[in-house]
This record gives sequence, structure tokens and C-alpha cells, in this order.
Amino acid sequence: MPSASDHVTELVVFTLLFLLVSGMGFAAARWRRAESLDHLDEWGLGGRNFGTWITWFLLGGDLYTAYTFVAVPALVFASGAIGFYAVPYTILIYPMAFLVMTRLWSVSYRHGYVTPADFVRGRFGSPTLALLVAITGIVATMPYIALQLIGIEAVLKVMGVTGHLPIVIAFLILAVYTYSSGLRAPALIAFVKDTLIYLVIIVAVIVIPYKLGGWDVIFGSAETALGQTNPNTGAPKGSILLNANNQLQYITLALGSALALFLYPHSLTSVLAAKNRDTIKKNMSALPAYSFLLGLIALLGYMAIAAGIKPIGKDTNTIVPSLFDQMFPDWFAGVCYAAIGIGALVPASIMSIAAANLFTRNVYKEYLKKDATPAQEAATSKITSLVVKVGAVLVILFLDPQFAIDLQLIGGVLILQTLPSVALGVYTRWLHPWALSTGLIAGLAVGIGMLYQIPNPNNGKEHFGGSAYRLSLAGFDTDKQIYVGFVAVLANLIVAVLLTLVLRRAGAPDTPDATRPGDYTVDRSPDAPPPAASGEPAAVAGD
Amino acid sequence: MSSPHPPEERPTGEAPRASDRSPWNWVLLVPIAVPLSTPLFNHLTPELLGFPLFYWLQLAFVLLGVGCTALVYNRTKRRD
Repeated sequence: MPSASDHVTELVVFTLLFLLVSGMGFAAARWRRAESLDHLDEWGLGGRNFGTWITWFLLGGDLYTAYTFVAVPALVFASGAIGFYAVPYTILIYPMAFLVMTRLWSVSYRHGYVTPADFVRGRFGSPTLALLVAITGIVATMPYIALQLIGIEAVLKVMGVTGHLPIVIAFLILAVYTYSSGLRAPALIAFVKDTLIYLVIIVAVIVIPYKLGGWDVIFGSAETALGQTNPNTGAPKGSILLNANNQLQYITLALGSALALFLYPHSLTSVLAAKNRDTIKKNMSALPAYSFLLGLIALLGYMAIAAGIKPIGKDTNTIVPSLFDQMFPDWFAGVCYAAIGIGALVPASIMSIAAANLFTRNVYKEYLKKDATPAQEAATSKITSLVVKVGAVLVILFLDPQFAIDLQLIGGVLILQTLPSVALGVYTRWLHPWALSTGLIAGLAVGIGMLYQIPNPNNGKEHFGGSAYRLSLAGFDTDKQIYVGFVAVLANLIVAVLLTLVLRRAGAPDTPDATRPGDYTVDRSPDAPPPAASGEPAAVAGD
Repeated sequence: MSSPHPPEERPTGEAPRASDRSPWNWVLLVPIAVPLSTPLFNHLTPELLGFPLFYWLQLAFVLLGVGCTALVYNRTKRRD
């Protein structure tokens, strides 16, 4: 086990950088300041006024999280090619979001929507469907926040810091500056986070292959190591190419994860903070720079194999920090750890804001206090964001961290079930809200049911052992695997379509649509002031 | 939301747009379909700088994505 006394330099560098960004988090309250933060548009969306560069850092910091940087190479380390799904996944997100997100931005700008459930509420006129979307969003986001803590924990473990106190302190600081600065805090910190991440990765992919003897050596030793038999399954551990059984899984996992990513409430939070349509479209061309980075990060898994890194305990999440520890001088390893640690703060902050906004808009304002003022909304969101983070810390303190990982796996499948109402809703409201609600519930049931059936031979778990569903479990005579979320969302869509046909034929009443076709293409004129800070839809505030 | 149908007058600062339809949008299908076509890149050779095809070609698809979205952005930009 590593000991903290051997890692003094790393700890000092890590702590200094961590304190630096914490200071920035507090200072962010005054950055690009509006008249007051007592409004959800200000606290939760940074005034809906971020330009191309800020949005690029904010979205990049939001979508590529510390856990990604730790877990993707860990998967490549353990299984090989299948872990590289992260690359196609983060390529095909952007062309889809290019169309859907700009329309969602326009309609949200026009009507003052803050969450995906706000949009569903307006589009389909159904509080029930909106509530289902909001709850799905909150449930899917919570474990994602907890996972960011696991990212920090992996780094601390390698530096020999044990116990939960440091993580509790780190999250406490995060909670307080998010409370006071809102979305401005992660937006400002994202500059530091991404500068550090780019620096670390560029150095890593030059220095480490040089030290190990080149890329062909790295891929060669990965091929040999993955070809060894896994005693738990009797099959090879993995392969540096896809095999006949996991090609379908690779495709559906990449596609399903891509569809899920922009449905997560925190992605929409960053998108809605953009000042106009152009900002979003430009970002959909520029954000793949991070995908390139993620591909290189994934390959750290093979570098760890070639360098003979052994995970601490059974925690493969420690391989990347261990690799840095072995390959770099102490001070630079400290910078690397800070990059991962700060990489956890940005998304955790945005996610807690998104979850808090969902609660405020779609539970509190809808059901508990219909006449809430904008100031009351902002206050509720601020407090909820604290509660959400305390919840994440409690998960780590009192539950097996593996539990958070399992929950996040389920979360991805859950959030995908909001696809028909949110993403398709942007284009059509042909699907009836009752059918959408039923489809959503059916999709959740199918998804959770399938995940429950999946064992993990490596840790002896019988249920929730992964997201790769062996078709033989469903009685098919094949070992091919498929991503659960993909099957669940198909089931969801089939139910929604069939039930819509039945409902329309039976003459079910239609619900009002608060949006009009033109709303999906409105844009802010250059130099227009931020939208009216009244909490009411922009259109109503104008008259 | 106070009324299901907001009045037609737009508040100041909003520019109406007719439509976001364009035939150029079809180009966006390319960077979605290509990275999902595993038979295209699930091979070791030809290698590039020691990278098997599976790895370097998928990294190259990032550029394909950037190129296609940039092209569509450029072609569908509103001209004043």
C-alpha cells in the first residue's frame, strides 16, 4: 500500500492547486455579475449569456468527468478494445446535438425553461409526464455525482491518503462555493481544469510511450496480457480488437451512451447557459477536441499494462494515478492528480445545480408552491444543491463505492428512457403524453429487469454486474451481447407508438401545447440584453 | 406557465427565424454512421506509428466529425 509520507511533494502540489480553484469558485460570484443572483436564470444558468469559449470549457468540463478519465482507461486496462467505445460515443454525440440542442435552446430561451422537464411540461401539457422526466433525471444524476468522489478517492488512495475526511472537506468547499456562485463557479474553474488536463495528457502521450519503448511495444504487451485466460470465466481477459460477441455491444453502447449523455439534465444546463444558437452550433464542431483527448486517455490503460502497473487492492480505478506515480517526477504527478481532482469538481457542481433545478421547477414550483417568486425558486435550488451533495457524500461514506458505480450504470439506462419525450418531443408531439408516460415506465422496467439478470464473474456478483446483456439470457442461441439501454429504449418507443395509435383511435383528449413551431428557431439578436429576469416565460415578460 | 399560447408579438431582443431545415443537415449522418460501422475498422493493419488500425482510424473519425459539423454550420449559417 502506498504511504502518504512518500508522497509529500505530490500532496503539496495537489493541495495548492485545489485551494487555488476553490478560491476561484468563491470569486466567481462576482464574475460577469448580474444585478442579483436571486433568480434561477442567474444562479442556475449563469445569466444565459455565455459565449463560445466559456461554453466550450463549461460543456467540456461537464461531459468529460474525472470518473471518465479514471474509468475509461480502467476498462481498457481490464478488457481491451470494448473500452475504446468512448471514442465513437463522443464523436456521434455532436452531430445529433447540433440539431436537437439548438432547437431545445431556442424553445427554452423563448419560454424560460430551465430543465428538460420544464420543456416536457410545456410541450405536452402533462404535469405527470414532466414529473416522471424530472424524477428520472434526479435519480440518474445523483449516483453520477457520487462517482466524481470516487475519482478523487482513486487519486488520494495512490498518494497514500486513507479515510474519508479529505473527501468530505473537498466536497464541503465545493458545496459552499456552488451555493454562493451557482453555475458561474464551474464555468470559471473549468478553464483551470481543462488547461491542466490537456497539459497532463499531452505530456503523458509523449513521455510514457518514449519511456516504454514506443507504441508498438505498448500494443504488443497489451495483446499478450489480454490474451491470458481469465480464471473466473475460462475465456481470454479481453482483446485489442472486438470479437464476434461484443461488436453489437460496442455499437449499441456507443450509440446508447451518446443519446443518454445529452439527456442528462446537467448537459442541458450547460447548453441553456449559452447566449445564442451560434454558440451551441460552433461548440458542436469544437467539442470533439475533447474526444481526441479521451481516446488518448483511454490508451493510458494499455500503457499501464505495458508498465506492469498493478491496481491497488482490486480497484482498477487506481491504475491511471499509479501510472502517473511511476512515470513522472513527484511534482508533475501532483499536477496530474490535481487535474483529476479538479476534474471532479466541475461536473459535480453542474450536476448538483441541474438536480436542484429539477426539484425546484418540477416538484417544488409545480406541486408544493405554485406561486413561488423567482427569489424563492433560486433559494430553493441553492439549498437543494447542498442537500444533493451531502447525499452524494453519504453514499460514499456509508455504502460500498461499488454501489455508486452500479447505480450510475443503471442511471445511464434510466435517463435514456426520457429520449422519446425530450429529444423526439423537440421535433414532434404526435406521441400522446399518456403513451409517453407508459413507455417511459415500461422502458425503466425492461432496463432494470435486464440489468438485474447480468452477473459479474470477476467479483462473483449475481446481479447488476454490467451493462452488456448476453442474448442467451433471453433464450437466444448465441453468445452475442447488447447494451441494455438500447433494448430498453426500443421497448419504450414501441409501447409509446402502439399506445398512441390506440389512444388516438379511442379519441383520448389532447393536451395543450404551449409552444409554437416558430419557437424552435428563435435566436437572440446580437447585443440583446439577457432575458427578462422575472421567472416568467420571455414572451409573457415582454407585454 | 400563465397562458398556453403566448401572444405573437416577440419581446425585444429575439430574432425570428423561418426554419432550421436544410439539405445540408443530411451531412451530419456521416459522422454518426461511420463510427458505428465496426467492420470498417476492426482490424490490426495497416498500422500507423505503431497504432493498430482500430485505434488510429477511430481517432481520425474525430476529424471527420469536426469537418462535417463545421461544414453544416458554415452552410446553414444565417446570412444578414
